[in-house]
Amino acid sequence: MGRDDEPVDSMEIDGEQQLKVQGPAAVPEGFNADYLRVYYGKLFPYGDFFKWLCYGNDGKHPGCDQSYVGHREFSFTLENDIYLRFQSFDSAAELESSIKEKCPFKIDIGPVYSVDPAKRHAYAQSGNNVFIPVERELIFDIDISDYDDVRYCCSGADVCSDCWPLMTIAIKILDTSLRDDFGFSHILWVYSGRRGVHCWVCDSRARKLSNEQRAAVADYFRVYKGGENALKKVSLAGPVLHPFLARSYTDVLESFFEDKLLLSQQLFASEERCQKILDLIPDGNVASELHDKWQGNRRSSISKEDVNATRWKQLKMTLQSGKHKAQGLRRCVEEIVFSYTYPRLDMEVSKHMNHLLKAPFCIHPKTGRVCVPIDPNNCDDFDPTAVPTLSQLLGELNAAGFQTDSENNWERTSLEKSIRFFRTSFLQPLLKACKEELESAYNAKLQQSKNSLNW
Amino acid sequence: MEIVRSHRQLAAAAAAGGGAGALPTYRAAPQLEVRLEEFELFAIDRLRVLKGISDGLSRGKRPEEMEKLVSELWKTHMRHQDPAETLNKDIISHFVLRLVYCRTEELRKWFLSMETTLFRYRFRLESPESQRMLMTEFQLPYKALPHSEFEVVKDKLSQVARSIGQSANVESVFFKVPFEEVPDLVASRRVFISKGYAYVAMSQVVSLVVTQFRCNISKALVLTNRKWTATIKEQEKDRLTPIVEALSNAYFGPDYSQPKDAVEISLKDIDQLAKSSFPLCMRHMLDKLRENHHLKHGGRMQFGLFLKGAGLKLEDALAFWRAEFSQKVGSERFDKEYAYSIRHNYGKEGKRTDYTPYSCQKIISATPGVGDHHGCPYRHFGDENLRAALNKMGVGGHALEEIMDKVKNRHYQLACTLTFEATHGVSCDSGINHPNQYFSESQKVLRAKNQTVESQSAT
Repeated sequence: MGRDDEPVDSMEIDGEQQLKVQGPAAVPEGFNADYLRVYYGKLFPYGDFFKWLCYGNDGKHPGCDQSYVGHREFSFTLENDIYLRFQSFDSAAELESSIKEKCPFKIDIGPVYSVDPAKRHAYAQSGNNVFIPVERELIFDIDISDYDDVRYCCSGADVCSDCWPLMTIAIKILDTSLRDDFGFSHILWVYSGRRGVHCWVCDSRARKLSNEQRAAVADYFRVYKGGENALKKVSLAGPVLHPFLARSYTDVLESFFEDKLLLSQQLFASEERCQKILDLIPDGNVASELHDKWQGNRRSSISKEDVNATRWKQLKMTLQSGKHKAQGLRRCVEEIVFSYTYPRLDMEVSKHMNHLLKAPFCIHPKTGRVCVPIDPNNCDDFDPTAVPTLSQLLGELNAAGFQTDSENNWERTSLEKSIRFFRTSFLQPLLKACKEELESAYNAKLQQSKNSLNW
Repeated sequence: MEIVRSHRQLAAAAAAGGGAGALPTYRAAPQLEVRLEEFELFAIDRLRVLKGISDGLSRGKRPEEMEKLVSELWKTHMRHQDPAETLNKDIISHFVLRLVYCRTEELRKWFLSMETTLFRYRFRLESPESQRMLMTEFQLPYKALPHSEFEVVKDKLSQVARSIGQSANVESVFFKVPFEEVPDLVASRRVFISKGYAYVAMSQVVSLVVTQFRCNISKALVLTNRKWTATIKEQEKDRLTPIVEALSNAYFGPDYSQPKDAVEISLKDIDQLAKSSFPLCMRHMLDKLRENHHLKHGGRMQFGLFLKGAGLKLEDALAFWRAEFSQKVGSERFDKEYAYSIRHNYGKEGKRTDYTPYSCQKIISATPGVGDHHGCPYRHFGDENLRAALNKMGVGGHALEEIMDKVKNRHYQLACTLTFEATHGVSCDSGINHPNQYFSESQKVLRAKNQTVESQSAT
């Protein structure tokens, strides 16, 4: 395949006069340390990234806590799977030079600790847990591989345009509730690079939640009670749904299930798939009634309607008809929809402050794709297969040519849209809020000390 | 609090303990003298209450059942004819147990959780007036929701009330509080939440008070621990220290972190032992591990620590997990990604804590997710799956129905005990509350049987 006549050197972009490459496809797909080094050298948005994690404490205001960001844990995973935990940095420049030097395949962000995590051993001697996490974004991790029992297009780490919408609705449901119910406003959604999405809730109120409070929020969202051996994984008790669930159902889940998932996943297309849904009906008589009906009319397709739509309609009619007014059965339609569509969170990630989560703008080693932010207001348009890959970006860099070593090389690549979005839709409003909070906290403190003086 | 050897002194502990009514808030240690015998006796009585609560929780009792249980436990162990005496006993026993349970993270966590539960249900039994008084005492700055605001959210409040099975007629007094203050109500979706505020009904204020209570006790425990290590432990080394240390051990019993009597189990015996002596939860995970050559994190923790407690040495544990995982992920990835956590469990990495195997209570309260096989089968399996699993263990007929009946009533540990009895043909009076206890009891029974067989054949 002529791998010898394409020496690695020609792909390296190092300020020297490069041969002008025609078109962005010039760099072969892949992921390796050399590619990554160029990415970290030319494209990674250190400034914005670090500014985010300072939360306004890098300003000149006397209320700023200059040591704040230096207590944050970063963790690097190197090429040979060596983990460097408890890294810490006082400035964007320090972070930048360390990343460039170590060229981590993965960067994780941990909590802000009570002391500099790099010096935690010095504090360990004094005993009594001085080294404890004190702040952390409220985070959520959703993986498409946790939906394997309800998607028939892919399994494991694979995703396609038929199952990705499950992630999209997870974003919609959580984002709406985090804003409307919990009152958060600085929420960053990030593509995990392969098979899911991450969510960072960055309001100061969210960062200060205790583990117990985090668990409470996570439990509020929890409907799906997996466990491989429980037959029915969603059970909705009570005569009506909680307003949050009711809203999720009518605004998002119901139409998604009926208009999209039913057809895209062919949920009733085979006996086995039908059985899986019938298993969720607690009344055996009703289930077998439906089963018999579907056995009988498999061929008699008088209507032109899709078999999935027809069967779903029949199921709904049967369950909601006057005959089965029993409460358990009416709820059952909703339970089926929830089982197949409602977001499935990795609970442990959200419950504890000290869980690490991959940083935005990392590159996923398996796919080579950048972990770009997702705009929750336009999440329907997000296409994981269109996310820029490392080699694509390098190709674009080559194509643009770079005579000058500009700060903003990313402006000439398809990373631009993502970095602009990060900056204008997430970072700027966040920093504005941080500044206001800093000032009001500082003024309150001043006021307090003044009062005590007067007294 | 002063501890004296002889004559009793009846002091009004109420004022010092804080709390105007019958339910003290334990803000400050009372200034009163306590006889050494009472110091211990009161503490033991309170421990009986807390232990009873712990058992109730691990059986997954519903709030109404817990309320009844707590009230009964309290009546049985803590009541005295003289109400002043009851109050004294309440306060003294609480402060003694604080000393006992302040000393490690694990102990603090248990004590905090049990005391909070106790307080919660005692609060619920109080009259509305005294509930309001307690709210004032905790300095909860909440005012009832004004009528105009109430009208705006009324429909939502009614929807929440109906969703938790209450009547649609909404109560009229609500408090609007930051959601952070009522985590339990948020977690179970028992409140309406909007823009960061939870709307808490008067009948739910117990959650607000409990959050405050929990926070106070939690801080106090840390302080007590500091005082204990700094001064009390040494000063009282001939008098209180032995009592305090005995009290915590007396309750917790063995923690199974080290295999008893240096029993060892070896790799080749695991399958045999699983058949004869593993409780269902562990048998199930072994089956799944053999089948999928993989277990998710929760399973690795629960099963791995169990094996450690049963006497599997670190080297054997590594070999055991590698043999399975390498078939799925390759031995290289196993060494890189999984071996660390196994060494970690044996205290060879990270914090170097020697982790203790999970108790039934912990296992029952687990929340297994997609692809998980850990947890308690009696609690987390569906009906059919559980029946099939028990059949596979050779349990059927009447015994099986009895077990399923216990499960239905959420007596998971009793169900496990019955399974033990059915498969071993002996009674197990102590009941099962730890998978490693199941294992060692089973081994004991089997050894005894073997000896009888041997001695019979010898004669």
